Amino acid sequence: MIRVQNLVKTFGSFTAVNDVSFQVEAGEIFAFLGPNGAGKTTTIKMLTTLLHPTSGSIQLDGLDPRTHQNQVRQRFGIVFQDPSLDGDLTAWENMEIHGVLYHVPHKTRRQRSEELLKLFELWDRRDDQVKKFSGGMKRRLEIARGFLHTPKILFLDEPTLGLDPQSRNQLWSHVKRVNEAEKVTVMLTTHYMDEADRVAHRVGIIDHGKLVTQGTPAEIKEQTETSSLEDAFLKLTGSTIRDESAGSADQMRQFAKMWQQQRR
Amino acid sequence: MNAIYILWLRELKRYTRSRAQIIASLGQPMLYLLVLGFGLNPVFKRAGYGSYFQFIAPGVIGMSVLFSSIFSGLGLLWDRQFGFLKETLVAPVPRIQIMIGRTLGGCTVAVIQGLLVLTICLISGFRPASWIAIPVAVGFMVLIAMLFAALGVIFGSSLQDMQGFQLIMNFLVLPIYFLSGAMFPLTNQGKILGFITALDPLSYGIDGMRSVLLSAATFRPAFGIGIDLSVLIGVGTILLILGAWRFSKIEA
Repeated sequence: MIRVQNLVKTFGSFTAVNDVSFQVEAGEIFAFLGPNGAGKTTTIKMLTTLLHPTSGSIQLDGLDPRTHQNQVRQRFGIVFQDPSLDGDLTAWENMEIHGVLYHVPHKTRRQRSEELLKLFELWDRRDDQVKKFSGGMKRRLEIARGFLHTPKILFLDEPTLGLDPQSRNQLWSHVKRVNEAEKVTVMLTTHYMDEADRVAHRVGIIDHGKLVTQGTPAEIKEQTETSSLEDAFLKLTGSTIRDESAGSADQMRQFAKMWQQQRR
Repeated sequence: MNAIYILWLRELKRYTRSRAQIIASLGQPMLYLLVLGFGLNPVFKRAGYGSYFQFIAPGVIGMSVLFSSIFSGLGLLWDRQFGFLKETLVAPVPRIQIMIGRTLGGCTVAVIQGLLVLTICLISGFRPASWIAIPVAVGFMVLIAMLFAALGVIFGSSLQDMQGFQLIMNFLVLPIYFLSGAMFPLTNQGKILGFITALDPLSYGIDGMRSVLLSAATFRPAFGIGIDLSVLIGVGTILLILGAWRFSKIEA
């Protein structure tokens, strides 16, 4: 379903993704793991038509995101790592926009929005502006929105960041459900190794832009002679802490915060 | 088509929900209109140009349409920052539709803003040459709004962060406003200023609005309605095409 070959992305002299190749079969749940700044999000951005690869090839359902942008976009859904909601609109309106943009028929849209908002316990707050939500609620809304349409491939970029255990649990059981019932291929990233161990059929570990290893969680544990995926991960990627320089988006967010405070 | 509609509706909702901002954005035009309009009125009259208040009213309307439409295009920067832009960029909708929806929304908001200022003008004593002129003037507002919303999209797609915003304000938006003849007659200007003002698309918009709103006895058009219309439509189309192209190239 996803086929990546010798993928490279450089920003100036910095190589974010360096010669990465992997495959995700249809119906599989693939966890893409790596420390901060390893190149996970950059890879996902290239897969989802948001960035152009420097070199290498990508195929999603047999299509190249560079040449068949629209067809590729019809095939995937994504929950982004950082916020992507419109804070001035209500939770319901955010769902509506998503549904319309993804061509979900009117009736299905209302029905599913209601189900999902109830599932993620946002139904009572559906008519409140999203900017009044807490971080966890925004995250839940973002995930609920991601499930509104049924794509062939679902990308989840650190979906559990900032979620409480209840919501995490809800999320993973829902992911498993759509994967089994609707055969959705899932590619996810997370920093919680136990989650990856529990949910993923296969795991790829990336560090410094290079794919270090891939295989089933059991294979990786066996290969590294460790008992948990977390130990295997640390053995493969070392225990030094990575620095991630703030991108322009982060800087802008900071600027906006400053500006909003001034306005009050 | 639905995508265009929902994004248009989004712009409108965002506008109507920011009441404080609506009122704040009327402050500047009111200052120009009431303070300059009445303050310079005696001098202007003595120079034989008629009422300055009547003269500046279309200019101030043009200004509010300009600001509002160009900022709607630059709203891309905010959406980029709050992340909503990505949500629309990965959607299975041709980028051109997303751009059209946003631009039409920004345009509608700018025209509403123009109508609000027009109402203030009428309340404070502005009288058009004939009431039929008002719908024609609204037509000019639409053209101005389209043109500058597209210009806003071009810059909004090209800039990565807010640092560029001040730059655009000081080196693009304000010069466009001051050089448009919104505040002074474009006829009988020196060669250099005359040349620069003729390069400013807003000059044609305001000249057009004045030609229809003011009586022929008090206002001599600098270009004439025919030229005004063709420049606005021509430049507007080019900028829309450029904007659509820039928008299709956005990476996140």
